[in-house]
Amino acid sequence: MNLLSKKNLISMVLLFVVSSGVFAADTTPIDTGATAWMLTSTALVLLMIPGLAMFYGGLVRTKNVLGTIMHSFAAMGIISILWVAVGYSMTFGPSILGGWFGWNPDYFFLRGIDESIMDAGVPEYVFSMFQGKFAIITPALIAGAFAERVSFKAYVVFIAVWGIFVYNPLAHWVWASDGFLFNLGAAGAIDFAGGTVVHISAGVSGLVAAIYLGARRGYPYQVIRPNNLVLTMLGAGLLWVGWFGFNAGSSISSGLSTAQALTATQVAAAAGAMTWMIIEGMHQGKATALGFASGILAGLVAVTPAAGVVQPYGAMILGVLASMVCYMAIMLKNKLGYDDSLDAFGIHGVGGIVGAIMLVFFIRPSWMNNAAEAFGSDWTVWNQLGVQALAVTVAIVYAAVMTLAIIFVVDKIFKFKSSEIDEMAGLDRSYHGERGYGMLNPN
Amino acid sequence: MKLITAIIREAQLDQVREALIEADIKRISVSRVSGHGQQRIEEMYRGQVIVPDLIPKIKIEIAVNEEFVDITIDTIIKSARTDGPDGKVGDGKIFITPLEEVIRIRTGERGGKAI
Repeated sequence: MNLLSKKNLISMVLLFVVSSGVFAADTTPIDTGATAWMLTSTALVLLMIPGLAMFYGGLVRTKNVLGTIMHSFAAMGIISILWVAVGYSMTFGPSILGGWFGWNPDYFFLRGIDESIMDAGVPEYVFSMFQGKFAIITPALIAGAFAERVSFKAYVVFIAVWGIFVYNPLAHWVWASDGFLFNLGAAGAIDFAGGTVVHISAGVSGLVAAIYLGARRGYPYQVIRPNNLVLTMLGAGLLWVGWFGFNAGSSISSGLSTAQALTATQVAAAAGAMTWMIIEGMHQGKATALGFASGILAGLVAVTPAAGVVQPYGAMILGVLASMVCYMAIMLKNKLGYDDSLDAFGIHGVGGIVGAIMLVFFIRPSWMNNAAEAFGSDWTVWNQLGVQALAVTVAIVYAAVMTLAIIFVVDKIFKFKSSEIDEMAGLDRSYHGERGYGMLNPN
Repeated sequence: MKLITAIIREAQLDQVREALIEADIKRISVSRVSGHGQQRIEEMYRGQVIVPDLIPKIKIEIAVNEEFVDITIDTIIKSARTDGPDGKVGDGKIFITPLEEVIRIRTGERGGKAI
């Protein structure tokens, strides 16, 4: 009896496989290798968000640890839903409204891609979910700039609106086949995995928000100590691991370009970390764990736009440059006195700009040759530098202006900045009614 | 000399500290404690309201010379009270005990000037 039902089951499965194979015959065949790697990458990029939650969460005071972690986790909920509803369509649909963003009714709630296989041999669901993770992490990065002092309700509204009107259009311009930055110059602005779309836009928006909302109480006179640097280091480690999905997954394949991006990512992260350690060691006399983690991030951010076009020596130099410039940017921040609490601009904004601009000097020759061929005549480093500078400027200006407008409106309606009483009591108690380390109390 | 020990709400720590600093009382020790009082607090865990049987509180210890006792007490009372001027169950308590001796380790000074 048991055997019989098993046999039946197997034959049913076989029948199903065969029949679905017949239906799929007229569409693109699935490239299982590429699909497997893209599935892995999708999971890896999602892993970066709890990683970011831990990185940021460890850096704030005890009373704000959960509130800060929730800034990242809330983005996983809100942006995932928005991405499926409208985000994918706004980003990868054909341009509308003069190219402001895209729209394809088939992508609305992803209802038209149920059986769609892309030319790369990857089911479109996988590509859509992979891109959705980028949309999640970008607003979560901004939260570092105004940590420890914003109302949860206002934050939730802010990231939803920001995701729709800042992230989606920018991603459309840079990554959609009819986006205007994608088609700039000979072979488009180079932004392999989101230097402009993710890091510059998040960093600049964070800077604008931090200045608009003002500093935390007591900043900079009161020392604000991280509650748990162990958590921060674990978070930085998860970010490094997850970044392989972020960069190497952005090749949307499983082959040579994946390997090139993966290698560049590892080299830049290591070079960034080493550089930060050396600078701190010489400047402060001690190499801090947080400094090492900051160096990892600076290197990773800088190589993000470049991972597809630079060779290992170029990635190494980008990592070194990113750490040097970001270190100086944070010194400068301390002089200027604005409260970019967890250095969202100092690392992501500045590192992203360094990467997107400086990458032109390390582009592999084959890419330049292809660009020249596409252009029809000579295409020099300086031509590409102009394209990169324009893309970076567009990202900075658009993110800054839109963020200012969104924050102004959200602040008027929901009161973005915490009241003094809420801020003193801590985000955990004021907005979540919990404590992060409550279990440590005898109970 | 007196040792003033105040048990206050966790959420009032910043208010009390800032008020004390304002009143020029800058040498304090702070610790986390938990205990029983009249207060029952409710917390949310996974959407469920629970009542922990030991309530977390903050303990502040301040050693002062006699002339600072009243201002210290007034400052703590004013800044640790919640829910308007009448206060609320759970705002805490202040204990005052005589202090026999104070010694600054660095210099070996004793008494009022070592505080």
